[in-house]
This record gives sequence, C-alpha cells and structure tokens, in this order.
Amino acid sequence: MSLLKEPDHGTPARTSDTTVRVTVDGQAVEVPKGTSVMRAASLAGVAVPKLCATDSLEAFGSCRLCLVEIDGVKGTPASCTTPCADGMTVTTQNDRLADLRRGVMELYISDHPLDCLTCAANGDCELQDMAGVVGLRDVRYGYAGENHTHQEKDLSNPYFDFDPSKCILCSRCVRACDEVQGTFALTIEGRGFDSKVSPGMGEKFFDSECVSCGACVQACPTSTLQERKVVEIGMPTRSVVTTCAYCGVGCSFKAEMRGGEVVRMVPFKDGGANEGHSCVKGRFAWGYATHSERVLSPMVRESIDDEWREVSWDEAIAYTAERLTAIQAAHGPGSIGGITSSRCTNEEVYVVQKMVRAAFGNNNVDTCARVCHSPTGYGLKQTFGTSAGTQNFASVAKADVIVVIGANPTDGHPVFASRMKRRLRQGAKLVVVDPRRIDLVRSPHIEAAHHLQLAPGTNVAVVNAMAHVVVTEGLMDDAFVAERCEGTDEWVAFISQPENSPEAVEHVTGVPASELRAAARLYATAGNAAIYYGLGVTEHSQGSTMVMGMANLAMATGNIGREGVGINPLRGQNNVQGSCDMGSFPHELPGYRHVSDDAVRSVFETLWGRTLHSEPGLRIPNMFDAAIDGTFRGLYVQGEDIAQSDPNTTHVHKALRSMDLVVVQDLFLNETSKFAHVFLPGTSFLEKDGTFTNAERRINRVRPVMQPKNGKHEWQIVCDIAQAMGYPMAYDHPSQIMDEIAMTTPTFAGVSFAHLDEVGSLQWPCNSNAPQGTPTMHVDGFVRGKGHLIPTPYVPTNERSTRKYPLILTTGRILSQYNVGAQTRRTSNSMWHAEDVLEVHAHDAEVRGIEDGDLVQVSSRVGATTLRAVISDRMPVGVVYTTFHHPVSGANVVTTDQSDWATNCPEYKVTAVQVGLAQARTPAGVVAQDRPLPTPVAGD
Amino acid sequence: MAVAAQVRLVNDVARHFRHLPHDEAVAGVVQHVRTFWEPRMRAQLLAAVDAGEDGLDPLAVEAAEALR
Ligand code: SF4
Ligand code: SF4
Ligand code: SF4
Ligand code: FES
Repeated sequence: MSLLKEPDHGTPARTSDTTVRVTVDGQAVEVPKGTSVMRAASLAGVAVPKLCATDSLEAFGSCRLCLVEIDGVKGTPASCTTPCADGMTVTTQNDRLADLRRGVMELYISDHPLDCLTCAANGDCELQDMAGVVGLRDVRYGYAGENHTHQEKDLSNPYFDFDPSKCILCSRCVRACDEVQGTFALTIEGRGFDSKVSPGMGEKFFDSECVSCGACVQACPTSTLQERKVVEIGMPTRSVVTTCAYCGVGCSFKAEMRGGEVVRMVPFKDGGANEGHSCVKGRFAWGYATHSERVLSPMVRESIDDEWREVSWDEAIAYTAERLTAIQAAHGPGSIGGITSSRCTNEEVYVVQKMVRAAFGNNNVDTCARVCHSPTGYGLKQTFGTSAGTQNFASVAKADVIVVIGANPTDGHPVFASRMKRRLRQGAKLVVVDPRRIDLVRSPHIEAAHHLQLAPGTNVAVVNAMAHVVVTEGLMDDAFVAERCEGTDEWVAFISQPENSPEAVEHVTGVPASELRAAARLYATAGNAAIYYGLGVTEHSQGSTMVMGMANLAMATGNIGREGVGINPLRGQNNVQGSCDMGSFPHELPGYRHVSDDAVRSVFETLWGRTLHSEPGLRIPNMFDAAIDGTFRGLYVQGEDIAQSDPNTTHVHKALRSMDLVVVQDLFLNETSKFAHVFLPGTSFLEKDGTFTNAERRINRVRPVMQPKNGKHEWQIVCDIAQAMGYPMAYDHPSQIMDEIAMTTPTFAGVSFAHLDEVGSLQWPCNSNAPQGTPTMHVDGFVRGKGHLIPTPYVPTNERSTRKYPLILTTGRILSQYNVGAQTRRTSNSMWHAEDVLEVHAHDAEVRGIEDGDLVQVSSRVGATTLRAVISDRMPVGVVYTTFHHPVSGANVVTTDQSDWATNCPEYKVTAVQVGLAQARTPAGVVAQDRPLPTPVAGD
Repeated sequence: MAVAAQVRLVNDVARHFRHLPHDEAVAGVVQHVRTFWEPRMRAQLLAAVDAGEDGLDPLAVEAAEALR
C-alpha cells in the first residue's frame, strides 16, 4: 500500500435536516445547511487553497488564502467561514483571486526559511503545496528584512520538535489543543510581529500542561511541529491502517512506514472510535515493539533456578506438550489450565480457550479481565442479559448529564475523554463519583456540577441512595419501567427503605445528603443521562452489586436504549471486551453462554470433535489456591504478568512456585517469567493479523506491518501446542479463526475479515438482524427480554481500617504509563512518570511527620513496600493513593486477597494500610534515598 | 489452605443473598455456586461443612447441603 492521505474538506461536516444547493465553478452540489462554502467546494471536487483551515477544526478565517467570489456578494469572502446559502453561485478561480492569493503567499514566504529541500516536511507541507498551487514564483519583499527565521527550537518533548522559525501563525495547533484535545495548553503570545505560539506561559512543551497527544502536530500545516522520527529518518512512504494496542478506546491509526521501519503512527480520520484523534501512548509510545530487550527465541529450563536455554520452536513446543501431558497423566485432567490475554487479538484468544477446552479437556481457562471487568460481565448479564456497554463513544455527544463513576478518563481513556470534554464544554452537566479529585472535576472550561467524594468501598451505598431519591421523589420513568422491566415491585420496595436514603448512608459514604440528592435529581431529570465507569466500580468486594445498582438506576429513569444515555464500562486494556467475548471465562463458551448449556456445547463439540465439560473451571485466584493445594500444577499464560498485576503478590508467587510447569508467552521476560519453565516469545501488535474489540463493542482490524520477529504468529504457537498434545488444530490464516467464531457465536455471525475490510469496523451484535452491527443496544427490548431490576443491598467490605492500619489505600492509573508498564516503561513516556508515588493528604502527612518527596513505607496486613510521598489535596483525609506501573514499587505486595463476592475480582481499590517514614529524619533531612525492596509479611 | 479460601468466598456470597426471604436466599447461594464454582471448590466447601469449619455462614451451610 502506498501512503494513505485522507481528504481534508477544510471545515467539519455539519448535520442538518435541511440541505442547500450551491454551484461551485459550475458544479452543482447539495450539502447540509450550515456547511461552509469551502467544504461544499471540496465535496464538489474543487479544492480551494487554504492554510488556516482543516476539517478537524472550526474555521478561523485568518490566512485569507481561501478567498472566493460569490454572485451578488460584495468583495471576496473567505470560503472557510462563509456558510452556503441555497442557490449560491461561487467562483473559486479567476485572475483577481489568483493575484490576491499570490499576494498572501508572498507575505508568508518572505518570513519563512527557504530550506524546503532539506526540511523534514519536504513533500508533506501545506505551505509548500500552496506556494505551488497559487503559482508563486517571486517574492518582491526580499528575505533580508526583520524575520523569525532564527528562532530557537524547543526539543523538550521526546517525540516531537517545535521549530518556531517555520511557524506561519495559522493557530491550527492552538485550536487543535483546545477543540480536539481539550487541554488548552497553547496560546498565541504577543501581538503583531512579536506573536508566537507558546505552550503555557512561555514554557517549554515538556514543562507545560501539554499531554503530548499529538493533535497539534497533526494539525500543523508546516514543519514547525514535527514528529522527531520524521526529522531523524525522513518521510514515510507507505501506510497500513491498524489499531492501537494500549487501552480499550481502540483508536485506529495509520502505521506510516519507510521500508520495514515505522516512522510514525498517525491517527486515522475514519477510525470509528477516535475519528482522527490520539493520545501519547498510541501516537508515540510504540517503540517498545522493537525494543532490544524483546525475547525472540523460545527458551526452556528444567527448574526455575536454572539458567534459560534457547531452543528451537520444535523443541519448545514438544517440551511444553510433553510436560503438560505428563502432569495430566499424574494428576488428572483438571491439573492444568491457561490464562488468555486482553492484549492479544480475538483470534489469538479464541485459540487459547479452544486449546484448553478441547486439547486440555477442561474449562480451566480464565483471563486478565478477572482482575478488572469481570463484575461488569456478571452485573450487566443479570440486569440486561449481556456483558457489554450499551452505547458507542459518539453517543456521549448527545448526553445532557454525564456521570463518571470510579474512572479517570483523562488518564485511562484519553481519546474518549476528549470527546466527553467537548460535550461538557458545550454545556452538558457533569457528576463525578470518586474518592479522588480527578482532573475532570475541574479542568479548563469544565467544572463538575457535583463531585461526590465518597469513602472508598461505598459505591453501592451511593448508587442505592441515588435510586432511593429517584423512587421516593417520584422521578421514576414509570412508563419505561412498566413496559421494559421486571422485578419492579421487589426493587421499589427495597430501594424505598429508609436505610437507603442519602441521609441514612451519609455517615458511611461521607457524601453530604443534600449533594447526593441534587446529583440524583440532575441525573433523573436533565434529559439524556449517561453513566461511564471504570475499575473504581468493579475492583471492590461489591463490584458486581455496583454494576447492577447502576443498571437499576438507568432502567428506573429510562436512560437506556437510545443515544446519549446508557451504562458504559471504560475497559482498561485494548481487547478486554474481545477476550471476554471469546469465551475466556471458565464458566462460559464464546458469546457468554454457560458451559452447562447442552445445545451450545454441542455446537462446539460437533465442530471440535471433542466432548466438552459441562462444569465451570477454575478462575485465576482459584488456580492459585489449587496450586498451593497441589491439585493444579501446570499453567500456560498468554501475555499477562500475573506475578506483578495480581493482588497479594506473596500468595501469587507461592502459587507459581508450587507448579510443575509455568509457560509464559510474552514479549519480554517479566515478573511471571521468573517462575516459568518455558518462555515462548510473542508478537507485538505491529506483527499481528487479527481483530481487537474495544469498549464500545467495536471490532477493529489489526494489520501487520512486519513479519513476526519471533518467527511465528501467536495463534500458530497455540495450535502447535494443541497439536503436539494430540489434538489436531490448524488454520492457514487468522481469518479462518474469525470464520469459526462467526460460525459458532450468534452475536458475531456477520463478522469476517472481508466484511471488516470493507466497512472499517463493526459493533457486535452483527448478524442477520443487524448486518452492519449495533451501535446502541437494548433499543426495543433487552437482550434478556425484560430488564431485571435487582435489589442491591450494600454489604460493606471486610477490609476495614483499624488502629494498626488506619488509612485506606486505593489505586489508579496515569496517562503516560500503561498497566504494569512493560510497554510504556520501555519508551520515553517514562520521562513523565519515572516512578510510582504515594499521594497523601497534607493532614495525614503532617501527623506522621512526612514531607513532600520523602520515602515512606506503606504496610498492610499482607506486606509492605516503599514509595515516595507526594502531598496532595486530591484525596480526602484518611485515603492514600498510588499507581502500579513499576515493578519496583510492588504496589500489589500490599493489596489483599479480598475480592468481589460474585466474580473473585480483586479488591484493589480498598486496602487498609499504615504509612510512615521509611528512614528516620536527621537534622539535615531524610538520609537514605535508596529504596528498599517490597517485603511480604512473613508467614502468608 | 484453599478450604479457607472457599469458606471466605461462600460467606461473601451468602452475605449478598441474605436480604432475600430464607428459601430464596439459599437457592441464590446454591445457584451461584453451581454456576461459577469448579467442582474441586465445591468439594472443599462440603469438606469444610463436614469438618465443622469455624466461621461458616449458616446460609452457606444450608446451601452446601443442597449441593450434595
Ligand atoms: S500535544 Fe496535545 S496537549 Fe500538547 S500542545 Fe499539542 S495538542 Fe496540546
Ligand atoms: S505551529 Fe504550526 S499549526 Fe501552530 S501556528 Fe505555527 S504553523 Fe500553525
Ligand atoms: S486512547 Fe487508548 S487506544 Fe487511543 S491512542 Fe490512547 S492508548 Fe491508544
Ligand atoms: S483557510 Fe480560510 S482563511 Fe485560512
């Protein structure tokens, strides 16, 4: 494929019920009312010269290059800022316009370095293009006058350069930062000749508010803002459209290549999830894929105390299969299992669960979603009938009230956050339910109407109290509930009980009753109300209850089944949705169908030629328990670092050490591989061929830009192991795996690589009822028929603060790092977040003699670790906060094995801890700066 | 070791069904354990009941009987 250039129509599309007809240079064109003359011209095939306009931004009208003549209109209006009127006749080219445009270009060029031949943007510069288009041959003013061509470059950002000498002050960058990203980091500073683009108050990019999303670089028509890699190695020559492998937003990118090397990842305008936007991870932090620490050869060892030995693929596969078979022979069929990865493609995940169910002959397959969104699966299945968010991302543009619960979208799901912020700037109201004051609560041009700063672990009490207000104040949507729901009487009776009132729970939740009442009224009465939530909902001992509680609230107020409303899980990893859809849970076959369902099993049995088990298998925490018991002895792990990411590290390490065989398939040696006997090198997203499914159920293609560096696709490795264990499993191409998924799973019946390649992406369900997919779910009825209102009593967690452990530790994410950091730590993103820190309220710090920057010890009932303290007023008194992106900080050494009652999802968000100075303070300050290693409490 | 884990788990489940009328609550726990627990875990639960393990929720004990 050659280099793909999407058309730029100059100004954004408009939607309107009315259309207008205009004629541009003799071409008639019909466009929605409100469309600019420039866009209409472009749609008619006429490109009007332009510099300050681009169709991701509202028109600004500063460069005057796009002047046109309009019959009956005086002068030469700018086509980018002039809306079409019915019957308009427009001329874009004549001698007068050409003269005017040449004059404009002459001024620009007289103050621009004339180094086009050696400029990084040569061939990809709109200024250069426009000079050609307007036929500029001569600059009358000369280049000797005062100009900007010697201004100093800002190279502070690791990924892009800012060379102000090339700036034409079109302000596209400033507007991109405001309108697209919503960070407002850039301004045009000064006036007249002294005007210049400036991050913050004359700061460097790196020191400013800039979050390195790349929107300004994308918008810049010149080489002023330019990807560093382009400067270093030159312009790309071909592109491949693929999908980001970081978070659950699932942004589409053009991987722009030069030979076999990636030059840059450019967000794809036609990407359904991101529509041309990106964040620092997907846009810039892909260098890990070719990092020198990647392991590319399979390795084995007898015991975890031995050195690794590089072996051939044949030997590694044979060794794995032999040892797994031997374990089963000695300890029974249920003694082995596998874990699938949310970072792998649907096809790679599907074959792992198939290997476990058909070749291992049991249901001991689980996935890393166990530790993040398994309660979403449980809660939404019980209430709505299927485990998935109800909306597409675009739906947020129609919301009047946005409720964000236990999620930090600007860090965790940045591109979706930009969409959300755009809607909030347009006037939608915001309610944030979070113990921590996340950025969204107060950010440029956004202020939450209510921040319910609840005590960690009291979500259910809060959501019940909101529903209580709805029901007892007569705000329920009776017609919707009567027609669409069941269980209403029991639920209404339960939720109306006085113990669910905001006043009754205030002492538990810490949320003032009046504030909670106001938030509930806003949610119920403001029109379209949408709930977005994250791991702050699920990673609790009542995670599943909370998911049901939110679903109840949405049903009771009729906020489900149309655009602008709904219940939307913000999924952490790129393919959490997909890995769950693909049958990664031990009790469910693909498509969320229980293994005890004879009809469903027989579909797979017929195709796979094996009898399948009708009993659920072990979940990840159960595997660990059984390993310590000695009944579970062999584990295959696909792309997940359970030794770092799972709670109560000591317990996990003990379990891993108890096993006879641990097989790790991953890019890098990680914490888990320290306990492994076989290491099978995996492939990065740049080598994968398959699909990811994002948080809005959108199935996106992942296309390879290079051959697998390890010599084998991940699905092939799995097939080879199954084969070596005596179960024939082979495909020629991953599209055949998707065909098998479609054949067996009704919600995927209409999905194929060919269909995806044709339409770009599809949101499941995609079948004969919805051949082009389903952007909004439960429109006319719920998947389970009637929506189920289920009483959700608040049951407090067993993890309580005590005299010994008086603080509550909660955990979260940061923008620049991702999960356990295996990828992002191997990129320049670490410049933004070199270590995990502990946020402590000033009061809690003061009583412990802790100052900003001190190393502190955080200890819980199960372990202790050392982190650097940052005094922060984001947390309420009594709550401390950290992230877990760096193994050295060992945040999970302190998290306990409390878990969600229904799904065993760990309670990462609530751990009772004590915090104290790690080193005694001397008169000169704290002495040692060396960080001691995390230490488990003895005897676990 | 894992027996203790099953006791904790089943108690958690029981606490979340306790608000229901007694028979429904027992049925809820039974149904939950059948749907999500691997047979080994169920066997350990029964063993815990047989051994008169400390700290078992009475609802869990009743549910365990129904699981036999
Ligand atoms: S990279 Fe993004 S946040 Fe930074 S200045 Fe550019 S648009 Fe703004
Ligand atoms: S940096 Fe680029 S986008 Fe910004 S004003 Fe200068 S030329 Fe325009
Ligand atoms: S928002 Fe998520 S999917 Fe999009 S670029 Fe960033 S990390 Fe990738
Ligand atoms: S493109 Fe219209 S004024 Fe710049």
